Amino acid sequence: MRARFNRSTVIFLLGCLVVFAVFQYLFSAGVLNAFWYTLIRIGAVMAIVSIGLNLIYGFNGQFSLGQWGFYAIGAYAAADITYRWTQLHDTSGLMVLLLGVAFSGAAILLLGKYLNRVRGLDAMSAFAIYLLFVVLAVLVGVWIARPLIAPTTAALTALPEAVSSQIVFFLAVILGGLVAAEVSFLFGLPILTLGSDYFGIATLGFTIIIKVLLDNTDTMFGLTEMKGARGMVGIPKDTTWFWVFFFLFVVVVVTRNILQSSTGRAIVSVREDETAAKAMGIDVGGMKTLTFVLGSLFAGLAGGLYAHINGFLHPSNFNFIRSFDPMIIIVLGGLGSITGTVIASFAWALVLEGFLRIVLPEGFETWRFVVYPLLLLVMMLLRPKGLLGTYEIPFLRSVMPPRRKRERQVDAQGLQGPTSERQSEGG
Amino acid sequence: MDDLTTSERIPRIEVRELTKMFGGLKAVSAFDETIYPGELVGLIGPNGAGKTTVFNMVTGLYTPTAGHIGFDGISIEGLAPHEITQLGIARTFQNVRLFPNLTVLDNVRIAYHPHAGYGMSDAIRRSARFGAKEKELSERAQDFLAVFGLDQRQDEIAKNLPYGEQRRLEIARALAAEPTLLLLDEPAAGMNPKEIVVLMDLIHFIREEFKLTIWLIEHQMRVVMGICERITVVDFGEVIARGTPKEIQSDAKVIEAYLGLGAVAVAQQLSEKRSYVARSQ
Repeated sequence: MRARFNRSTVIFLLGCLVVFAVFQYLFSAGVLNAFWYTLIRIGAVMAIVSIGLNLIYGFNGQFSLGQWGFYAIGAYAAADITYRWTQLHDTSGLMVLLLGVAFSGAAILLLGKYLNRVRGLDAMSAFAIYLLFVVLAVLVGVWIARPLIAPTTAALTALPEAVSSQIVFFLAVILGGLVAAEVSFLFGLPILTLGSDYFGIATLGFTIIIKVLLDNTDTMFGLTEMKGARGMVGIPKDTTWFWVFFFLFVVVVVTRNILQSSTGRAIVSVREDETAAKAMGIDVGGMKTLTFVLGSLFAGLAGGLYAHINGFLHPSNFNFIRSFDPMIIIVLGGLGSITGTVIASFAWALVLEGFLRIVLPEGFETWRFVVYPLLLLVMMLLRPKGLLGTYEIPFLRSVMPPRRKRERQVDAQGLQGPTSERQSEGG
Repeated sequence: MDDLTTSERIPRIEVRELTKMFGGLKAVSAFDETIYPGELVGLIGPNGAGKTTVFNMVTGLYTPTAGHIGFDGISIEGLAPHEITQLGIARTFQNVRLFPNLTVLDNVRIAYHPHAGYGMSDAIRRSARFGAKEKELSERAQDFLAVFGLDQRQDEIAKNLPYGEQRRLEIARALAAEPTLLLLDEPAAGMNPKEIVVLMDLIHFIREEFKLTIWLIEHQMRVVMGICERITVVDFGEVIARGTPKEIQSDAKVIEAYLGLGAVAVAQQLSEKRSYVARSQ
């Protein structure tokens, strides 16, 4: 337990508590108005998406433009659940997604165990097998969920309104993340075998496909509540400062704990040198999939939170051009720096929407998109490694065990060391 | 071990009829090799002869077009590279392939990943198991670095090490994967004569210390002749000679492959002259 709460951890936790409390006070006391309140929540949401992308690109070295697509999936999945609950008073969205995700997740995990043993299984056949079983599992999930919808609705209605809406919202955000994660797993199987540029193009394609599908949700899938290209309205505005802060905190801590473990080192080794990583016994494909799924999970969570900030979703928000936003944030903040990513996300939200709107005179809002790219250019010229490079606050820094005291002096050549040491031990 | 006859022992690595085609190009054709535990065998040949391709197939980086690879009696062709490494084959690369932006210690710690002893959920929860295993793993890596005289460098970024130390770190990292068979791809490339002597010492040392079977590709004849017990020579993907270093040195086919046809005659003349000089002294 002592190791778990060392000095940097305590400082980090206290710092988080102070930041949370100060902003909570500023918002509730009305010092920061609704405009700034929205911006700060957007900043936190962007931080979650960008940490996910930093895992994929900054730490694992896979250039992905698909982050925005997974963000969209999370947003719409979560919004559908809460919309159905608040507007239609039924839990069909919740139960179908819950069981669908649970069953398909279980199918993926079980299949993973067996398919690992198959020699020489190529990515496409693996993809086909997974897809088949996931579809079957989802169908089974939906079939089981149907009779459960009515009792769940009754149970949730029995609870006080405030409590039930928070439960549904929380589950919706988590499920949004999980749906995005499972889609990314399936999508990643065939395309993670591609080299990095080709992978970038394929993920860009994914984001475009998602946008087109969202434009046609009402006509193609019959999800009329999403209203296709007209935009989804009537989503409850449940995302409070507490929730974004909570999810950002969890994402940062989980990311940190993974990166500072053997798995994290394996993830980074893939970025450093794929061939060498393979030769060191690292399952490179597995690590890429793991990182991609994890990054997309975070994107989905962020999407779920985003949907409940304005209560309005429009497919144009999920245009592929926007998928460069998290990319810009992580490059600005520093590839491979969580601290930098969080700072850059808030800076992105506050500078682009906040300060520039206020600094520039009335009627010059469009100049934001001249000033902002100029800022980027200057940044890249002055600090090509990003705002913070690979700097991390102590809590997020990887811990190196202390050097051992050298017992026997090895001569300057070093290599003679072991031989002479061994001889002296033998003698 | 020595009293067993060759036929009764299971070879550490047995390669039969190994062939690799790149489109229409036959990079390796019907390559055979059998190496028994404890041996130190060399693989030489001119540039582009297919030596590294053989290593890449044995370690799973390339899938063989045809042929069989047996490791301790298990057939390993078609296995993924990481599975082969986990069975006990580790390698180094022709041009050093460290994880350049990671510390020296992390380079070695990565090799322990397959036997880290804790999963991702332990890491996320920071369970007691994580703490204990992580400490054990770090200490093992530090001990390991100490053996190679790199322990005082543990916090340094790998790419900042001098070349000789990078090579040494690469060998250390390969050994941290706990192999029984070590493949060294041109370990002496780019080294000066002094470093080569050190390297030969190191190879002898690790072979004894870790009970290794070593298979190495090398261009520096000094290394090959100095430490290998047996040598196989390949040219244009085919084996052209096998034997002890002495036999290989005087093999006409080998000289031809390395220096061209006319060189054989010259070499014969030279050796006559040399024996003449030796006699007259």
